[in-house]
Amino acid sequence: MELTGAEIFTRCLKEEGVELIFGYPGGAVLHIYDALYQQEDVSHILVRHEQGAVHAAEGYAKSTGKTGVVLVTSGPGATNAVTGIADAYMDSVPLVVFTGQVPSHLIGNDAFQEVDTVGITRPCVKHNFLVKDVKDLADTIKKAFYIASTGRPGPVVVDIPKDITAARTEFKYPRNVKMRSYNPTLKGHPRQIKKALELILSAERPMIYTGGGVISSGAAKPLTDFTRLLGAPITNTLMGLGSYPANDKQFLGMLGMHGTYEANMSMHHSDVLIAIGARFDDRVTGNIEKFCPTARIVHIDIDPASISKNVKVDVPIVGDVANVLKAMIKEMKDSKAKLDARALKSWWAQIEEWRKEDCMSYDKDSGLIKPQFVVESLHKLTKGNAFVTSDVGQHQMFAAQYYGFNKPNRWINSGGLGTMGFGLPSAMGVQFAHQDETVACITGDSSIQMCIQELSTCRQYGLPIKILNLNNGYMGMVRQWQEFFYQGRYAMSYMESLPDFVALAEAYGHVGMRIEKPEDVEGAIKEALKLKDKLVFMDFIIDPEENVYPMIPAGAGLNEMILV
Amino acid sequence: MENEAGALSRVAGLFSARGYNIESLTVAPTDDDTLSRLTVVTRGSNEIVEQIIKQLNKLVDVVKLMDLTEHSHIEREMMMIKVEVENMEARQDVKRLSDIFRANIIDVTPGTYTIEMTGDGQKLDAFITALNEHPIVEVVRSGAMGIARGEKALHL
Repeated sequence: MELTGAEIFTRCLKEEGVELIFGYPGGAVLHIYDALYQQEDVSHILVRHEQGAVHAAEGYAKSTGKTGVVLVTSGPGATNAVTGIADAYMDSVPLVVFTGQVPSHLIGNDAFQEVDTVGITRPCVKHNFLVKDVKDLADTIKKAFYIASTGRPGPVVVDIPKDITAARTEFKYPRNVKMRSYNPTLKGHPRQIKKALELILSAERPMIYTGGGVISSGAAKPLTDFTRLLGAPITNTLMGLGSYPANDKQFLGMLGMHGTYEANMSMHHSDVLIAIGARFDDRVTGNIEKFCPTARIVHIDIDPASISKNVKVDVPIVGDVANVLKAMIKEMKDSKAKLDARALKSWWAQIEEWRKEDCMSYDKDSGLIKPQFVVESLHKLTKGNAFVTSDVGQHQMFAAQYYGFNKPNRWINSGGLGTMGFGLPSAMGVQFAHQDETVACITGDSSIQMCIQELSTCRQYGLPIKILNLNNGYMGMVRQWQEFFYQGRYAMSYMESLPDFVALAEAYGHVGMRIEKPEDVEGAIKEALKLKDKLVFMDFIIDPEENVYPMIPAGAGLNEMILV
Repeated sequence: MENEAGALSRVAGLFSARGYNIESLTVAPTDDDTLSRLTVVTRGSNEIVEQIIKQLNKLVDVVKLMDLTEHSHIEREMMMIKVEVENMEARQDVKRLSDIFRANIIDVTPGTYTIEMTGDGQKLDAFITALNEHPIVEVVRSGAMGIARGEKALHL
């Protein structure tokens, strides 16, 4: 049967099992929008800015493990999407972003709404395609989904010129796709696994360090089994929170620049470090020269380029985290081998000493609302089961530190790129994927303004997101750095002319609340959670000078934290 | 690499984005017209070279990759060089040097000779040094190509 390119587009999405796409129309994609209008298998969510579309697709993907799909037009539509695409690239989120393009004969001619999308996005995508012939469209779409969702996931951009969407050809969706130049390694090498286990079981001070790769791999259960079997302490990076239950006694909290005292000290003093699905990012390692001075390192990762990139490791294992962990568990159970019990006992005794530092304590007697208290209250009142998204800055760190996540795919934030504006649109994506769940967006007065227009999208689709605005009238994290390292020269970090957020929320048709006293915090959150079909914007006026601790300053090692 | 538009840009972009150095680069289709062969000369520590290899392998367009310096190999580069020759003595000297270096004079005018030469990088550099007082008008180099010695080969 002969179909137009636009019809092939919709049919391909259906074949891929796509139920929802996020986008914004424009000239170059009008044929596609016409085809979408005339079918019912794929729903389209209209946002108010293309950046919002990409972040929404990211929230959808991160909370489900499925591939997010975006449709934007050429020129400014594509360039507005670049921030989100770069964000997905840094956090390895599976996305397929379809961008319209001017008709083929106009490409390279400085046409209306033309940009070299493929050229612009090349450094921040896993791969991209420009479709030059409608006969290649179905194949290209199949390849795009395959590349986005396999190996180390990432964004794939497919640029489709307008004439291709009007051209007709026979539609046949390829059953399989095989690419000679792309074959991710999924199973760990058995010899490497044996070698790793030998090293691990010889440890006297073992430490498990896990990251976003565990979540991408869906490996929370094997990780939990492995960790319990071993009896070792475990820490997560910002991206890995939720892959191991936070309320479990073996969990030491997040590590890194704003990680807990016990997590960072344990890393520093470990003799065998087991790195699983993490990439030794600079927020985690601090000064590389001082990182884990006495540890031998096992590194399990699906991306060979991440192994020994920053820190040389002793036993690398390339493979999908879930597969490798399952193989290791089987080996351990078959051999019945265990860690040295006495060494492990004294290691835990040392860790308990570090825990006594109680680095997460804060002033609970203040007359001002403390941001930590707001996050703790949310945790208590949602029983730790909500989906939580955040923007970037101090509020993000407080959310990561004080909301204990016991399940994976519930903590959705922008780690690698650190994109302000991520919180609200990603919460939309999460809510679409989990319609009956509580979705909370913890944000700050600076970040929330970056994609505030999406409040309109929330109204259109009735998304009952709970927004907790930790309002201190500053760009909190910038202010903190200026306080610590620039002798309090607060250049451009003060948020002038903040809107009345309650009035703003109500202008968009939502419920707004302003909370100024600590004793009103729990009541406000309770009331917001009761409003199951309304978006509630809670504007918490918090202590403007509260800082995030612990903190590892630039150039310092993991054991050189500022605690107070 | 796949012989597709953009493949070369991807490789070049990777080097510039990650701050790796390209000393020379040459690319052309192979006997299989769906594949092109790109040869790049770069410089760096062992760790950097290992990272470069891993990052290149990640590129979807890169099918297969080989570090030629790991094996015994042959390197060749081509050069065309235009030299000023203002009198008979100069012309004789340049012809003598070209013969010694087994180069060919491919263009002649009253005031210049254009010489074509093939060899490894060191031979080409040596010829330029040997030309000494003869003013060099222009040098065009192709960038190095390489092939492994013996039976080892880069193929699918």
